Amino acid sequence: MQDNELIPHLFRTEYRKIVSVLCKLFGIEYIEIAEDIASDTFLLAAETWGLKGLPQNPTAWLYTVSKNKARDYLKHAAVFSQKVAPEILHTTTPLEEPQIDLSSKNINDSQLQMMFAICHPSIPLEAQIGLSLNILCGFGAEEIADAFLTNKETIYKRLARAKEKLRAERVSIELPDESEINNRLETVLTTLYLLFSEGYYSTSQNTTLRKDLCVEAMRLNLMLVENDQTNTPAANALLSLMCFHSSRFEARMNQNGDIILYEEQDELLWNAELIEKGIYYLNRSSKGAALSKYHLEASIAYWHTHKEDTAEKWENILQLYNRLLRLEYSPIAALNRTYALSKANGKTQAIIEAEKLQLTDNHLYHSLLGSLYAAVDNRKALHHFETALSLAKTSAEKKVIEANIAKMLK
Amino acid sequence: MKEFLLVFRRTAVSNDPAPSPEQMQSMMKPWQDWMGSLAAQNKLVSSGNRLDSDGRVLKPGKVITNGPYVEIKEAIGGYIIIRANSIDEAAELSKDCPMLGMGGTVEVRTLVPME
Repeated sequence: MQDNELIPHLFRTEYRKIVSVLCKLFGIEYIEIAEDIASDTFLLAAETWGLKGLPQNPTAWLYTVSKNKARDYLKHAAVFSQKVAPEILHTTTPLEEPQIDLSSKNINDSQLQMMFAICHPSIPLEAQIGLSLNILCGFGAEEIADAFLTNKETIYKRLARAKEKLRAERVSIELPDESEINNRLETVLTTLYLLFSEGYYSTSQNTTLRKDLCVEAMRLNLMLVENDQTNTPAANALLSLMCFHSSRFEARMNQNGDIILYEEQDELLWNAELIEKGIYYLNRSSKGAALSKYHLEASIAYWHTHKEDTAEKWENILQLYNRLLRLEYSPIAALNRTYALSKANGKTQAIIEAEKLQLTDNHLYHSLLGSLYAAVDNRKALHHFETALSLAKTSAEKKVIEANIAKMLK
Repeated sequence: MKEFLLVFRRTAVSNDPAPSPEQMQSMMKPWQDWMGSLAAQNKLVSSGNRLDSDGRVLKPGKVITNGPYVEIKEAIGGYIIIRANSIDEAAELSKDCPMLGMGGTVEVRTLVPME
């Protein structure tokens, strides 16, 4: 790794560990102090390493510096609470040297517990994702704004409100009880799912940022399946889904950032190792009777790793979408189900079913109808592609539709 | 949007031997596709249940009888709950129900929420 890439990389992986450990030590109400100490540590690293060169073990350097900074902070705080506060409150507490535990076990535990604290039910979902990006992935407000296609100020406000809420609710940084863990885990998985989707589907043009989002979501998900208490079938299914999807990361976009549709992807660019991992976690997810939407989506993604069109493939995908929709409706699942229907049962039935969806303000709906009508009724196909073009928002989406229109006019 | 109960009734019980897993699969597909279609339109509230043909009927005086029912047509094979703007739309959505292709019937009833 190049020196100039090292600090951003360490920031992604180490920032959250330092914040999580310190926050666990101080309590969630001091989250901003934990963040300040971590940020100061990286600032010092950027200054010192630039002048004196890299330390032998950069990660250990970061831990030592943040530990010292934390100790200084606690000393000052102690002086206040022992010397100043008693004058006001007339109480005393014994002076104790705090233990700052940066062992890998405590780092892992703290991060996991932090994940559960952030996904506290009192925090709105959007803010949970923002906080996860901020605290667990070390993303700045600007990067988060970029991922959400909004401005920095909105994100600042959203993060500040969420942190205030964590303070007000006195959320403790610990794994909830066994009974509560499953409830909370659902939110944790939703957050990771959205985090990953944000990277995978986001319309942001920043490809590096998007890939980072996916990698971070997978890293956090891996932590869940490596801990006995959170290693549930659904957590494994979600990780499997992420592996299958990210196996196509390199194949789904060309160097100009244009979308390459599934049918046109070069399967040699699919990452075989990730596909294998996906299958591994999918197998691990099949314990127990509970069937989550992640199980269904991972199974659909599994069938998509077979490039060849077979009746078996599309019939399986269709039935998985049928079940997924029965579990939870979403417009995108409805559209994908109809595409699978055209492959499994033929275009005639798919056109009838597609028109029932009536998602008329969705450009993907018109793109689907365009491709279903192509070679059946080209006039209608063209009409739908043109409507899709007028509704599409990003230039990458527009390019795909324009290519379809060009094909029709040939 | 209101919710409607669709009740499926078979008209006859076949004496054929139990279907093979493959036959079972091909019998299920029209149902899975039809319910998938309702779900894709966001009109499916509950996938309901299929009902076994074995049953008991209780009558006043704590009398318990086994099926058969007065008429085999009354045997309910299953039910689902859907969502629609009107009972006419609900009936329209039921037109493709595979039960009709099997000679059975679909009864559409408006659910009245309990106060």
